[in-house]
This record gives sequence, structure tokens and C-alpha cells, in this order.
Amino acid sequence: MVQRLTEFDTIAAISTPIGEGGISIVRMSGEEAVTIANRVFKGKNLEQVPTHTINYGHVVDPASGQVIDEVMVSVMRAPKTFTKEDVVEINCHGGIVVTNDILRLLLANGARMADPGEFTKRAFVNGRIDLTQAESVMDIIRAKTDKARAVAVRQLAGGLLEEIRAIRQQILDVLANVEVNIDYPEYDEEQVTAEKMRACSEKATAEIDRLLQTAQEGQILRNGLATAIVGRPNVGKSSLLNYLTQSDKAIVTDVAGTTRDTLEEYVSVRGVPLKLIDTAGIHHTEDTVEKIGVERSKQAIGQADLVLLLLDASQELTAEDQRLLDYTKDKKRIIVLNKTDLGVKLDADQLESSQSPVIATSILQKAHLDELEDLIKQLFFSGIENSNDQVLVTNQRQAGLLEQAKRQLADVVSGLEAGMPVDLVQIDFTGAWETLGEITGESSPDELINDLFSQFCLGK
Amino acid sequence: MKTYVTNEYDVIVVGAGHAGSEAALASARMGQKTLLLTIGLDMVAFMPCNPSVGGPAKGTVVREIDALGGEMGKNIDKTYIQMRMLNTGKGPAVRALRAQADKWDYHEEMKRTIENTPNLTLRQAIVDELIVEDGICKGVVTNTGARYQAKSVVLTTGTAARGRIFIGELNYSSGPNNTIPAVKLSENLEKLGFKLRRFKTGTPPRVNKNTIDYSKTEEEPGDKEPRHFSFTSKDADYLSDQTSCYMTYTNPRTHKIINENLDRSPMYSGDIVGVGPRYCPSIETKVVRFADKDRHQIFLEPEGRKTEEIYVGDFSTSMPEEVQLQMLHSVAGLEKAEMMRPGYAIEYDVIDPWQLTHTLETKKVKHLFTAGQMNGTSGYEEAAGQGLIAGINAALSAQGKPGFVLGRDEAYIGVLIDDLVTKGTNEPYRLLTSRAEYRLLLRHDNADLRLTEKGYQLGLISEDRYQRFLEKKAEIKADLAELKDVTVHPTIAVNEFLAGIGEAALNGGVKGDAFLRRPKVTVADFERLTGHKLAGDRYVKEQVEINVKYAGYIKKQEIQVDRLRRQEAKKIPVDIDYDQIDGLATEAREKFKQIRPETMAQAERISGVNPADLAILSVYVQNGKYSKVKD
Repeated sequence: MVQRLTEFDTIAAISTPIGEGGISIVRMSGEEAVTIANRVFKGKNLEQVPTHTINYGHVVDPASGQVIDEVMVSVMRAPKTFTKEDVVEINCHGGIVVTNDILRLLLANGARMADPGEFTKRAFVNGRIDLTQAESVMDIIRAKTDKARAVAVRQLAGGLLEEIRAIRQQILDVLANVEVNIDYPEYDEEQVTAEKMRACSEKATAEIDRLLQTAQEGQILRNGLATAIVGRPNVGKSSLLNYLTQSDKAIVTDVAGTTRDTLEEYVSVRGVPLKLIDTAGIHHTEDTVEKIGVERSKQAIGQADLVLLLLDASQELTAEDQRLLDYTKDKKRIIVLNKTDLGVKLDADQLESSQSPVIATSILQKAHLDELEDLIKQLFFSGIENSNDQVLVTNQRQAGLLEQAKRQLADVVSGLEAGMPVDLVQIDFTGAWETLGEITGESSPDELINDLFSQFCLGK
Repeated sequence: MKTYVTNEYDVIVVGAGHAGSEAALASARMGQKTLLLTIGLDMVAFMPCNPSVGGPAKGTVVREIDALGGEMGKNIDKTYIQMRMLNTGKGPAVRALRAQADKWDYHEEMKRTIENTPNLTLRQAIVDELIVEDGICKGVVTNTGARYQAKSVVLTTGTAARGRIFIGELNYSSGPNNTIPAVKLSENLEKLGFKLRRFKTGTPPRVNKNTIDYSKTEEEPGDKEPRHFSFTSKDADYLSDQTSCYMTYTNPRTHKIINENLDRSPMYSGDIVGVGPRYCPSIETKVVRFADKDRHQIFLEPEGRKTEEIYVGDFSTSMPEEVQLQMLHSVAGLEKAEMMRPGYAIEYDVIDPWQLTHTLETKKVKHLFTAGQMNGTSGYEEAAGQGLIAGINAALSAQGKPGFVLGRDEAYIGVLIDDLVTKGTNEPYRLLTSRAEYRLLLRHDNADLRLTEKGYQLGLISEDRYQRFLEKKAEIKADLAELKDVTVHPTIAVNEFLAGIGEAALNGGVKGDAFLRRPKVTVADFERLTGHKLAGDRYVKEQVEINVKYAGYIKKQEIQVDRLRRQEAKKIPVDIDYDQIDGLATEAREKFKQIRPETMAQAERISGVNPADLAILSVYVQNGKYSKVKD
């Protein structure tokens, strides 16, 4: 049982209020701060820039090469920093999704999610804050930690706790078996082979992957499913938008100015939060027939998790419709055949090759809009096998720990492949088990020994 | 009792089992005038249970004791009748030596060593009381009225403290193996304010070798390849004529006899209140708890060369004698076995070990140390390891020097003691490899590299041995450098060899260390294929091979250890008042007050203390200083 010794971890957190302000800051503190930032940064080599400089570049996921955001990165080396440790601050554009993505990337590359009040605590412990502030710092730590724990437990109350416990138990059983083989070699208990440990690692990895997928859904649940309404001019986009933003569905009706100028609107459809993208553009392109509308649609499609593609049922498919169909074919989408009240020249059968759900409606007459809403809900939960018992990882810290456990299990597999003995590879195997224990809050050092003696009959 | 004043000593050790013997020898070797008192001179370093030393984790402890200049390794190397290396099919971190001992020779040899050690007096006596003035222990009083003064005292009472033996319905006051128990000392300790509790352990029956039908058992011979516990023992002295052990099994009939007589077992009748070890259960406990198993292994181990007594391992029981006979006779090979001694359970007093510091000094009474089974452990090796540390610290304390502590990253002995004083124990504590978080670093093979320097500094390692140790270190270093230097070329011979062991061929030249990193390649292969001879004997080459092969994992553990050391460096002031710290949860406050952790790292290891409490404590304790929150 390795003592966690989290005191020397490099910690990371979003240090600006989520969803407020145009700029968000993700802050890191610790010995590895600059190294970790450098791993996800494309621009100058941050390990070589002078201290207290701001550096322009991009955050890029080193695993996929995908550019996450255009950023400014402040590098401040110890000791002249808030925590007296190396500190890196990544200033990004402030969207919830992007900020979270950057944090997730830092966690996946070696940082640990900061505990509540941890930056302040470090500042204090390292002598940055005056001693007279001790009492209030302690109060903050107590309050924040307890609150965070209550929140974490609430979030875990769903199936996640059980799922992670189940994965841990599988690992623990193999661990206990390995220990028995070591401590009681003369007993005829089954030997844990490399194959057995590998099978267990791979199974656990698959389950963690599944949980991580729901992590993405969890994000969506909190932030809204980014939804683009697209279609050629006058096909009814504006009507659909008006329908969706009608008062009983709208979550945000007037943010920063007139509704017409907002870029995003939040609505709730059958409990599914939708973030409607580029609502201003929708109205704009409806009003003016011009090319720019299509370009603008493309941008919206790029950001969308869900596309509502409107076609005119009363007309034949046009070349522009076809282009939009092609352009959105890899997206999660619903094809809405509008204007059925004006006669039907285009029906669902003709669109069978699109392999997308098709709804024939008349938005004007509010026909079949219930079906559209049902479809949105179905589509949203389609990736989740049982929508009533969904397991959502909604916390970055949890997702970060899941990623870490996954890396440790990958090390197990590669160690076994390299021919390392099971009892050595177990270092990583135990690590994964302990990391998962951090999520569930169960990491008692006696757990393993208790399991060992309850499973196996040993001793003189 | 009228008392009389007798000699003064620097250190007095009470009890001469495995802990007491090490404590007294260490103290005397460190130049302290030492008195070793034992209830029975014929029980010095006696093995009242299994006739064996070592095994996983425990074997590493024996090597650590040896590396520090203790006696257990040397003593077993002089008296073993079988030697085996366990876990040879596994990684280097978990390989373990185990010896079958001639328990009579072992006792005699240790007694002879003690008798011939300068500064050390061995005497038979029962200690009834401690002399304590102003919270400082200044000596002991025996039941014959002798008052011995000393600068420090080590208690190692084993299972003698208010010992009580149970055999079925029979129970009586007794120390181990029907010796005299120590009763008054326990009462004295309670009067001094120590918290004692009852633990229980047991031993199986012994049978006459001539009445065993070995044809129905499986033989387990010793190893051919020489291996010893002590780093000073020579391969050339390895015993060629070894004695075998034998294995047999219980069966459903044995289990039926046990189940039918459970009401007569003091374990189940409620007579025994002491807590027994889970890892060392009686056969009746195994049958009850693992009812689905239709057989349990039994190991038949000789107790020595000059006796026909056979220890029936894994058959520990406190059933009535007549039931023990039926049980034995139901086992294949033991149908006609003559029982020579019945098995028994024994209950005894232990001191809750959170009352100790890492030097094994009690928090309540200064200059008083406790070690061994009395601290809640089980096993000869665990006892000896603590005895050595207690003896060293008693000697240091007698000289007014600071204490000696081993970290969890330095030795299994460090893990053992830290577990005891930080977590306490609810059952007799046994070392397991899983208790050591850095076990890849705490190997049996590198115990000397970890600890001999420390033993030398303490004055427990001779100059001559130290020089040989330095040579070994230098050779390892030179070999590692050479491996980095020598290139292995993709010759036909090299690639044929690789193909033969199922490894991929070389495309170009690689350095020796990279070549050796391949799982199945050995130093010998490297030497043969390149013609480069590495310096040193096979033990040097073993170190080289392990260090190269497992470098990645070793590095991982070293990073963890580095963090541990930094956290250990954050000392908590000894006079800290936990009631003055606002915001601590009640449970954490009580735990901190009881255990009084010495460092932040230790505080983190206390169970029931959550991260917020640790954060508050670390804010309060600022690297040794602490902030006055209240006036």
C-alpha cells in the first residue's frame, strides 16, 4: 500500500468562475507544472522560457494531435509565486467545454485535480501567507473539503460508486491472490499467471473506458448538447428555433443584449439540455438569402454534438440540400422534413440512405413536434444502455482519476508483455486499484490483507 | 520480600527469547554493560512453535538483522538442517530463504554466543517489578529480591506475561512450553498506567517420527544451490546432508471429527477471550471458516537431528487430547502416529503498541523499551528484528545519544515497527510482503547494501566485514559502468542464442545494459557472448542483473520513496497540543493525541484521519515551528 503523499503532486484547477467572463484561467502549481504544460502546448518550449513571461500558442492534445484552443500561457517559476512553487496559468477563451477540456488534458498528462483550498493551503504551508491568517485558512479548508466531499458523495450516489467498486473488487481479488502466492508459496492455491492478470487489466480498462464515455455525456448533461439547426434559406429554421425557445423550454432568454444577438441559447427538451449554436446566424440567414449563410452553417456544424437538418418536404431535394446531407453525414443528426402542409414531394423513404432518423412535420401547424422531441431524447441517451440507470461521471476529478487508472493498467499490460514477473507488474496494478479507491474514497491499507484472509485459508 | 541491592548495569534486558537475545547482544556489542535475565536458562532463543526460520518477508528480516550486525542469521546458518529458496519462479523482490532449524542446536548455539560475549551477563530470574522514578525507568526487581539498577531497560516477555495454556477443557497458568509464567510484571505495568490486552496463539501436536508412514506423504527436500542467511557465511560451508520435510493432507473424516467436537474447543466454548491471528488459524478455525474445502495441507517438520519429534505444521489445535489423537489418526501417513506432546493454545498479555515510539521506547516511561511478541507481533523473526532495534536504542539511550529508527523505505523492520506504533494491531501481527509498499527496494538480496553502513556506524559491524562490504559495493558500481560501456554486436552467435530463448534478434549493436534488460538474458550469457568478464562473485552479479533488469520499476519506487522522505522530514513538535488546534474532527484529534505522530508522513498513515484534518495539521505545524492560533 503506497502512501499517497499528495503533498508533492502538481495540482491543477480552473481558477475562474465557470461560464462567467470571456477568459478562463486554468492554473497549475507544483514541480511538474511547467513540464506538464509543455506536454500539451504548441508554441515556444515552455521549459526554456524565462520566468514570469506570457507565451502565445495552442493547447494540443498530444494523444490525438487535436487543437483544443488558442491560449496565452503564463510561466512563473518558484519562489516568487502565489504558492512559492512553479505556477503555470493557461488563459483560454472561456467556454465551459474548452476550459474543461484543457483541465482534463492536464490531468491526463500528470497533474492532479486540486483539492478545495489546496492552492491556498500550499501558499500558507510554503510561508507565502502570513501566519495570522492561519485560522481562517483552516476554516476554509474545513468548510470547502467537507462541502466538496458531500457533493462528491452525492454524485457518486448513482451507479458510479457501485461500478467502480466492482472494478476495484475484481482487481483486489487478483491482488490478494498474487499476495497469497508470494507469502504462502508452499500452499496449493491457484497461481496468478501473467494471462490472468492481463485479462483482469483489460477487462477493467474496458469498463473504465465505458465510464469515461459517460464522462463525456456527463459534460453534456451539465453544459448542454451543442445543437446546430441547419438548412437552406426559408426552410423553417427560424420557426423551429422559435418553437424550441418558447418560454416553457427556454433556459436562458436574454443574456447580454437582445435575444436575436446571442450566439447561444439554452433550452431543455424532454429533460435534455440543448445548447443551440449560432442562433443569431439562424435568423440572419433566414432573412437574407446569401452565400455567407452556408459558410456560417458549416462552422456551426463543426461545433455541434447534434445537427437538426431541415429539408423542405414540399420540394424535391436540391443540390444545396445534398451538400448539407453530405456535410453532416458523420454527425449525430435528425432530418426534419418541414412544410408537409404544403404537399409532399420528398419523403422519408427517399432519405433512407442517410441512415438518420427522419421526422416529417409542419412546424407552422405544430404537427409531429412531439415525435421530434422524443427523438432528440432517444438520440441523446442512445449511447447509454439503460437511460434510467445511467452512470454519469460528471466530475473532472473523477474523470482524471479514471484516466490515471487506465494508464496504470496500460503499464501493467506492457510490463507483462515485456516479460516482467507478475509480482513486479503488480506495482502498477496496485496503483490502479488505489487510484480507483480515491474516487470512491475507500483506500484503507488493511483492505488487501482483509481480502486475503477472507478468501484464502492459510497458516500453520 | 526483602530486597537487596546488587550490581549496576547500563542496560537490562528482561527475557531471552528471540527478541531478548538480539537486544542483549546488540547492547553488549555497543559497549554497554548488559544484564540478560530469563525465567529459564534452558529456554534461551527457544522455538516453542515451528522449527523454522525465514520465509517471505520474514526471511528478509533475518537478512536485515544480519546486515545490521545482529545474530539470528549467523545462528541459523550454524544450526539449520534444511535450506530452501522460495518463490524462485517469481520476481527478485519476493524471493525468500527459509531454513528448517534444529531447534535444540539453535537454542544451545545462541546461548553459547551470549555466554561468550564480553559485557554481557546471562542470569536466571523472574522480574516482578520495574524501578520507575519521575517517569524514568531505572532498573528492575526480581522475585528473589534482587534490585538491579540500570540506565535503560528492555522488556521482552513473549507469551510468558500472565500466560495461560488451553487444551480442551483443561487450562492452567503457564508460559510457553509449560514454563513458569510472569504474572507480577503485568500487574506492575498496569499500575504504571500501561494499557495491556490479551492475545492468543497456538501450536500443533508433535508426533514420533518412527510412527509415521512416509509412503503416504510427499517429500520436500532442501535446495542443492548454496544459500545462507548471513552475508558472512560461505558457500563452501553449505550443508550437503539435509533433512527433508513431508507433506500430507487432512480429509473429510478429519473435518467431521473436528466439527463433532467443536463444543469442546476452548476457541468455540468461549473460554478463550484473547484475539488470535487470522493468518495462523487453528485447524478447527480453518475447518469452520472454509467449510467448502475438503482438505488442508499439513507439513511434517523435524524438530532436530537428535530427536524423533516431528512438528505437525498447519495443525495447530486446542482440542482436548483425546480429540487431537483422533484427528491425527485420521490423516494419511499418521494413522498410527504416536503423539508426544499435545497441541495447545496460549493466551498472554501484550502492550498496545501505540504506547511506543519508533525507537520502541514507551511514551509513558522513559528509558523503558519493549520488543517482540509483547508488542503484539507473532513470529521469531519479527521478535528478533524488534529486539535488535530495542537493544540498539537502549544502548544509545544509556549513553545519552539520539535514537536509531529505520524507515519504511529502508527495511521490513522499519515497516513492522511503523505499522505497530502508528496503527496498533488488533491481532498478533505478522509481516507480509504486501505490508511493504516499497518491496522491490526491500529485497532479501540487498539487505547489506541497505543496512550494513548503518550497522557499522552503530559499532555492530567489524572493520574487516565493513571493508569487504565496501569492496562489494565498488564491484557492483564498476560492473554497472562496464555494462553501459560494452557493446553487444549482432553476431550469429548472439542472434542464435536469442532465437533459442525466444527473444527477437538484434539488428544493430546495443549496450550491455540494454542487452541484459531482456527478461531471459543473464549476466553469464553476456559474459559468454562478449568475452567480457564482470568483476565480483555471484552475489555481485546478482545485484548487477537485478539493477539492470528491473531499472524501470526500481526507479518508480525510488520516486515514491523520495516523496516519502520529504514528508518524513516534516517533523511535528513533540509538545504539540492537539486541543489547541481548531477545526480538527474529533476522531482525528483523539487519534493524534493517542499516537502522537512524529512526522507529517506518519500522521497521514493513521487510519480514520481524513485529508482535511491533515491539511489543518500541516498548516498548524509549519515545518517544525507552529503557529500560535490562540494566545
